[in-house]
Amino acid sequence: MSAVDSVRDRLDALPDVGLVVGFIASIWAVMLVLAIAVGGANWANLAVGFIGSVTVLIGGYAILALALNLQWGYTGLFNIGIAGFMAVGAYTTAVLTAPTDPAAGAVPGLGLPLWVGLIGGMAMAAIIGGLAALPALRLKADYLAIVTVAFSEIIRLVVNWDGLAEFSLFGAPVGTGGATGISFKSANDVAAGLVNGVGQPLVTAADGIGVSGPNLANLTYGVILLLVVAASYWVLTRITNSPFGRVLKAIREDETVTQSLGKDTRRFKIKTFMIGCALMGLAGVLFRGQAGYISPQQFRPTITFYVFAALIIGGSGSNTGSIIGAATFSGLLFYLPARLGENISLGGTRAPGNIIDAVGGLASLDPLPLLAYIISNVSTLRFVLIGVVLIYIIQNQPEGLLGHRNEPATSVSLDRPQSRSGGEADE
Amino acid sequence: MSEPDAAKRQETAVTSDAIDSPLLEIDGLRKEFGGVVAVDGATFSVAEGSLTGLIGPNGAGKSTTFNCITGIHEPTGGRVTFDGQDITGLAPYTLANRGLVRTFQIARELSDMTVLENVMLAPGGQVGESVVRSVTPGLRGDVIRDEADVRDRAWETLEFFEIDHLAHENAGNLSGGQRKLLEMARVLMTDPEMILLDEPLAGVNPTLEEKLLERIHELRREQGLTFLLVEHDMDVIMNNCEHIIVMHQGSVLAEGDAETITSDERVLEAYLGGDV
Amino acid sequence: MGIAEFARDGRVVLGDRPGAAVVAAVSGFLLLDLVAKLAGTTVFFLGTRLLGGSLTVGSLLSMVVDGLLVGLAVGLAGIGLSMTYSILDFANFAHGDTVTAGAFLGWVAAYITAGLGTGAPISELFMLNSGRQLSTVSTFLPVLLGLVVAGVGSIGVVLLVDRLTYRPMREADNISLLIASIGVALAMRYLIAFVFGTQTSGVASGGLRVTVLSTVSVTDNEITLLVVSLLLMLGVHLLLQRTKLGKAMRAMADNEDLARVTGIPTERVIRLTWILGGSLAGIGGYLLVLESGTISFNFGWILLLLIFAAVIVGGIGSIYGAMAGGVLIGLVDSLALIWLPSGLSRASAFLVLIVVLLLRPSGIFGGVSTA
Repeated sequence: MSAVDSVRDRLDALPDVGLVVGFIASIWAVMLVLAIAVGGANWANLAVGFIGSVTVLIGGYAILALALNLQWGYTGLFNIGIAGFMAVGAYTTAVLTAPTDPAAGAVPGLGLPLWVGLIGGMAMAAIIGGLAALPALRLKADYLAIVTVAFSEIIRLVVNWDGLAEFSLFGAPVGTGGATGISFKSANDVAAGLVNGVGQPLVTAADGIGVSGPNLANLTYGVILLLVVAASYWVLTRITNSPFGRVLKAIREDETVTQSLGKDTRRFKIKTFMIGCALMGLAGVLFRGQAGYISPQQFRPTITFYVFAALIIGGSGSNTGSIIGAATFSGLLFYLPARLGENISLGGTRAPGNIIDAVGGLASLDPLPLLAYIISNVSTLRFVLIGVVLIYIIQNQPEGLLGHRNEPATSVSLDRPQSRSGGEADE
Repeated sequence: MSEPDAAKRQETAVTSDAIDSPLLEIDGLRKEFGGVVAVDGATFSVAEGSLTGLIGPNGAGKSTTFNCITGIHEPTGGRVTFDGQDITGLAPYTLANRGLVRTFQIARELSDMTVLENVMLAPGGQVGESVVRSVTPGLRGDVIRDEADVRDRAWETLEFFEIDHLAHENAGNLSGGQRKLLEMARVLMTDPEMILLDEPLAGVNPTLEEKLLERIHELRREQGLTFLLVEHDMDVIMNNCEHIIVMHQGSVLAEGDAETITSDERVLEAYLGGDV
Repeated sequence: MGIAEFARDGRVVLGDRPGAAVVAAVSGFLLLDLVAKLAGTTVFFLGTRLLGGSLTVGSLLSMVVDGLLVGLAVGLAGIGLSMTYSILDFANFAHGDTVTAGAFLGWVAAYITAGLGTGAPISELFMLNSGRQLSTVSTFLPVLLGLVVAGVGSIGVVLLVDRLTYRPMREADNISLLIASIGVALAMRYLIAFVFGTQTSGVASGGLRVTVLSTVSVTDNEITLLVVSLLLMLGVHLLLQRTKLGKAMRAMADNEDLARVTGIPTERVIRLTWILGGSLAGIGGYLLVLESGTISFNFGWILLLLIFAAVIVGGIGSIYGAMAGGVLIGLVDSLALIWLPSGLSRASAFLVLIVVLLLRPSGIFGGVSTA
């Protein structure tokens, strides 16, 4: 039994909620240790800062991974246009909630409350997803992949276009802000409001150990995001553990057979695609638009591949795996290396500005310049790591951490019924 | 299966040669692939409640005919009528909902799902196939009730085919014969009126073959199901089918009972002369 | 054929293939608009401008030239993508970064060669940082050397990547290979960023301007791109048609199992596919940088979707398709400026890609053969 199999067995033994909570708690612990190690007297504030930021990342990627898992892990729809649907959600919310009389030079909007904006964003993302799905879902997986990424880029180019920076919607002035982006109601403000309102005692206590208000607010936001993840997980689990989910799995396995058994697979695929896109739209607002500002640069296709990496690490086909994968990816591969790079220094060695100088040190048997260069460029190197991890997983452990689980697509227990009337006669 | 439906079907079960109540009618069916004519004006009928065989040498067009009937291919010409309604070119899922289902020659089990999941997939009109009903707290109760019924029916069906001990096994781990049984169990769960069987006994051992045929006859007797069977095993066809259709080079060469067919010179010639 | 029959047939065609009908209608409209613009007339309808505007023949020609040049380089790069898609049977999302890698290798070689003896420190030259802009005319040998290094260096890169990533997965399904290629793309791109940084460097600019047809001006760098692309395409054509190897590659693209059975050494053919595709990708990248004048760590990645568009429009597996598709997409990308604002012109190429995939996924040259 290989090491991975024994890890898997141990993971399987734990109940899902415990698994997820434990995983995230471990990441928090790692952040705490790092803060203590490098923070000196400021360790508490640094710890809250780290934990808050990493939690927001985990939350955002978890929602996206759950959405992609529904579309691809369950139904086999290879959507790499995630960034585009995030943009649709975020920009719809922005247009709906931006102030009607903004500061000079800023883009106006319809000034509606944030919750209206969120619903609108999700609905729009679902609608656009449905429209894209109608012609595209009959394509085979790799063609669908190319179409979705092309579509996502078209969306980005459209919101980047200065022609739409300001326009008129039924007489009301609105806009996308073009390349400079748009400011709108900030979701973060909700967290800050909570903290400064009911959380006031906590703020005072935190202040006592040196933790700043904004850091605390960010941490609160991260926790709120995790609650959104929990809600999404609840909804998605109900969808997948049901006859609907069963049909989705069947479609991924063999669409012809599923049709021959009387299922209108097209309708199932479109519904699934729309639900997934709605979630991606939500993530677009709550993740990219946390601070109430978005711009086209935040919706490049690359984020799609990070979500893919997260899902594959965690195990495609498993809802719990999606969250675990997102936590692993964002915590350990994305956030941690960057913080390490920032905070590790080699005595007094200054990092060379370019690789030639860094390697030059080796000529005189001095590894420090190269090491210093590597450390100062960890932000770049972590993506190399992510790429390598992705390759390794797909070659050796394509099911990721939890993809091997057969989560039964049913809403009842599958045990043999105890009372059978006259069943014996058939034997 | 529900009692009243089964009783009703039993009344209309046919055991004679006469096709006086055809359930399935093929009229002048034609299918071209590019320049190749695979089916060239095939015409025949299948009586309700019968076990009809479709035979012919390799390349006769049997599988293509099957695929045209079941909506996998769209016919280039001709008409298919089922239960009095024109079903030519309709999508597979529509046909299944009208009671016409098929099994596949190479068993297409959904390998990453368990046997039980495979079988529970099949019934139509499941309440839980609606997203809204699956999620909404109040409505999910209906889903759970319906699922329980489906589950119970599934267990019964698996027991009928004696593969209930494999219920929680991944379908991909089954042996060839077990997969055939699973195919049959699955289509049966759709509560069909007619089943098209595409070489169901290929690669099946004699004991299993006997069991399968026994089940098919039982289903005909008890529930009045109609079967159209494509098979290469002549003995099986001759011994079990009351009506046999012989295809050759894309069209129907002869039809009748076993005696009529075996004494038809054209049939003998087709098999001996035109064998691929 | 009577009018009635023609109308009936027409309705059947339009009804059966609404997508094709829409494409035809849109193309017709655009063509009319182009003619109107060239004529300098404007057609109004109910107070809004429907057709026309103004466009000089000179601008049109220079757009055509621009599109043609970029299209040729994209087509060269696309040959490798097309071949990988058909012979190795997966969509290689790392192809754009191969283009980048080859370009960097070539330009560093060119820069260092050109900078020898000028006293500039090696680190500056390596980082493409000396501010010097090369042109074919003024630094002919370095540019030529860079071209060769780009081609040869890319071969090393793709063979290494194949050895490490794809060869252990030869039997895997095409989606797994696609995902692996995404990993390769990330790793390659950020290794390049690690070595060369994330800035954009200006490395080339035209040294000599030539006026063609008394309206369009092209630089020496652009002429180099044209000549090299055409020569290479000719070379590839000869390779495929005249050599045993070329025939083997065409056979393999059609049917790998058949090729194995008839004894064509497929591992060797796969290696040669990488060699040919990789070198052309690197050279394509090098030429693109020569023409545009700037290089950055992710320029190939940004171009990837355009290269995919070229390959799919031309027909996957068809080398001639990749060349034609490249030119076509280049022209679409460039000529879109006639009708669309510059912020949206790139979207036109993507739209063409989507339309082709939906309506005619086999592309112009359809089918699977590599010829």
